[in-house]
Amino acid sequence: MVRSSISPFRFAAFHRPGVSPADRFFRATVFTVAMSVLLIMGVIAFELVRNSRLPIAKFGWGFLWGTTWDPVAERFGALPFLYGTLVSSALALLIAVPVGLGVAIFLSELAPRWLSDPVTFLVELLAAIPSVIYGLVGIFVLVPLIRNSLEPLLSAALGFLPFFQGAPYGVGMLTAGLLLAMMVVPFVVSVSREILMAVPHSQREAVLSLGATQWEMVRIAVLPYARSGIMGSIFLALARALGETMAVTMVIGNRPEIRLSLFEPGYTMAAVIANEFTEATSDLYVQTLVEIGLVLFAVTILVNALARLLIYNVFTKVEVRE
Amino acid sequence: MTRGLLIRRRISNVLMLSLTGVCTALVLGVLFFILGYITYHGISALDWDFFTQLPKPVGESGGGMANAIVGTVKLLALASLIGVPIGFLGGVYLSEYGRKTTAGFLIRYAADILNGIPSIVMGIFAYTIVVLPMGHFSTVAGGVALGIMMIPIAVRSTEEFLKLVPDSIREAALALGLTEWKVVSFVVIPTAFRGIVTGIMLDLARVSGETAPLLFTAFSNRFWSRGWLEPTASLPVMIYTYAVAPYDDWHRQAWAAGMVLLLLVLGANLLSRLILRRQLKG
Amino acid sequence: MTKPVYVIEKLNAWFGERHVLKDITLTIVLQQVTALIGPSGCGKSTFIRCLNRLHEVVPGAKVTGTILLDGEDIYGPTVDPVVIRRRVGMVFQKPNPFPTMSVYDNVAAGLRLNGVRRRAILDERVERALKQAALWDEVKDVLNKSGSSLSGGQQQRLCIARAIAIEPEVLLLDEPCSALDPIATARIEELLLELKKSYTILIVTHNMQQAARVSDVTGFFLLGELIEFNETRQIFTNPKDRRTEDYITGRFG
Repeated sequence: MVRSSISPFRFAAFHRPGVSPADRFFRATVFTVAMSVLLIMGVIAFELVRNSRLPIAKFGWGFLWGTTWDPVAERFGALPFLYGTLVSSALALLIAVPVGLGVAIFLSELAPRWLSDPVTFLVELLAAIPSVIYGLVGIFVLVPLIRNSLEPLLSAALGFLPFFQGAPYGVGMLTAGLLLAMMVVPFVVSVSREILMAVPHSQREAVLSLGATQWEMVRIAVLPYARSGIMGSIFLALARALGETMAVTMVIGNRPEIRLSLFEPGYTMAAVIANEFTEATSDLYVQTLVEIGLVLFAVTILVNALARLLIYNVFTKVEVRE
Repeated sequence: MTRGLLIRRRISNVLMLSLTGVCTALVLGVLFFILGYITYHGISALDWDFFTQLPKPVGESGGGMANAIVGTVKLLALASLIGVPIGFLGGVYLSEYGRKTTAGFLIRYAADILNGIPSIVMGIFAYTIVVLPMGHFSTVAGGVALGIMMIPIAVRSTEEFLKLVPDSIREAALALGLTEWKVVSFVVIPTAFRGIVTGIMLDLARVSGETAPLLFTAFSNRFWSRGWLEPTASLPVMIYTYAVAPYDDWHRQAWAAGMVLLLLVLGANLLSRLILRRQLKG
Repeated sequence: MTKPVYVIEKLNAWFGERHVLKDITLTIVLQQVTALIGPSGCGKSTFIRCLNRLHEVVPGAKVTGTILLDGEDIYGPTVDPVVIRRRVGMVFQKPNPFPTMSVYDNVAAGLRLNGVRRRAILDERVERALKQAALWDEVKDVLNKSGSSLSGGQQQRLCIARAIAIEPEVLLLDEPCSALDPIATARIEELLLELKKSYTILIVTHNMQQAARVSDVTGFFLLGELIEFNETRQIFTNPKDRRTEDYITGRFG
């Protein structure tokens, strides 16, 4: 495991006397370049805010809970997009988290090394497939499949629930959620697998020696020990799902309305930017889309920041303990 | 212990462990289905014209995506120009000076967070800093968007590969009287070189499939894009436009483009895995 | 009072190609403390891990020979290792309480696995185990705090309480004091003398004074072989084998 091998080596601190001018120049160069990563974050935030000042001045915070999206009358509210983004991502996690954890448990606990490594590689390939290709498969395979089979099935079985009512279009929240689930599952798997493998043997043996079965060992000792890292992998997947653009745009139906039924088309923040940016004619319209980007930026930064802290935490804990 | 309880525990053990196997089969099934489906539709649509011809106007059949292929190559070249130097030097800092320091932690953290920012937001950013000042879409704008997206992974993978170089090598080189920058440049970096290149290759493969950040930066172009200041077509954007259009012939070409893009991305992944395995053995 | 608990014959164990236990044959008797000594890497830990079938969870590990526990071959084809481990308690080198569980839940973990659900019964059994482990007075007010908040010696006694809460027939201890300071070690040794009234105990130790203080019989392992197995007094005052003598007088190891 590459990530946990942080050795303490470091060339002496900057101000150490007696360092040659060439060394000082070298240090200053790599330091400046590295700091540009922080700078870029700052500039992105600044540019997004600067370029959404028109709608911020005009709509204020009300923008976030306005439900009307009328470019002709220039009345903009972001709630339908927030709703669509949250619901499609939640749906994706609802499927991807149990399945992904199942795969991670299989790979870390059951599969022998010769099987575990190649399968992990294959699962990670899923993350390498470009979003637009998921969209392609979504449009031509998933949409008809859902329209003709899954939605009629669901409405027959669970049609009394408000989530599974209405005409089966095929495009809509349900399809987007399923497609997103496929796309984020590798994030859950690869991080969770590493974290499960980092759970010390002593914990597993402690519970086995009490007479636990292998599944009980996973349930009682392994999963609880790894829980903060698993939460991290879930947040990582959530951040991906929230910002995913192309595949969702191609199957969600792109209608800015809030509907309870998952069969109905919806719209997400990323999708509305992708669809309407080049068609936006007025400055206010363009800047409103930038402001949606700003909201998306803020949300994903929060989720990612949390995810990374949770994951770092696991690996430092392991370092101290073993 | 009662007999019934033990049997129930055994059943739930077998059941739950099998379920994890089912999950794995399911996920692998999805992967193989996607690969198989794209290959099946892509191969039948792929011909020589695809690589040599410009797109035909709506209604005329045939044509290809030569301009999009060249466009993607140009965009990736520009992206590397931005992403590789910044990512590489940043990674050198993190590995050689930034272990267990506050600045190192912050930069590492920022890189990981930057990596998670949605690509569409990167598109907006490139739009505000390149397209708005220039007044029109351009290849450069697309390259900037992809280049910034490359930075976080280039930084982190360079750092990880440099960290794999044992500290004893650094100490040995210092003991020979080499100065610090020579130790790093002529001893540490060459040792990790193959890994670093592999990391950057994977990084390129990842951004090569990005569509969202190009929609309103590089935009698209039905013809050849001359120079770097005109909008350009690219494979991912072409796939998107062709897939959502209502023409069968365009759908066919979208499959072909999808297969080419997939080959590019998966090929880079497999190749890098082979290179890495050789390095670990040698 | 010499009823055999374990009868072990021609036990061999491997890690992959490495042959770590060679033809071990011995008998463990009811309610005695058996100490296993020897230099590190001599196979003594592997030996007790064979006794509750924990050796086999390491990839590439292999065992041959027979081990009878109360007359039943624990490596028999129809034997479920889960049942064996339920009957044999184990305490490990480093204290390993479950960090996400409270003190109470740590002790109750094994009981819950075995279907004890009633709060009153759990309370009673947890209290009894903690008292037997001489930990009750120190933790009775912090039962809801995390198990990892205790000191190292307390954590190890918590692990002992966890192991004896399910009332095993045998208690295996794998160098239980190697990670502890002398005061905590002394407390565990006192505890063992107390526990031996109700349990058959096997303790692996690299500390010969410890073996001499707590055990009735002692086995000396060297390079995977059982060199000598006899009453502790005999081993330490009048060893039969030259190698045992060398080891206990500190000439090697």
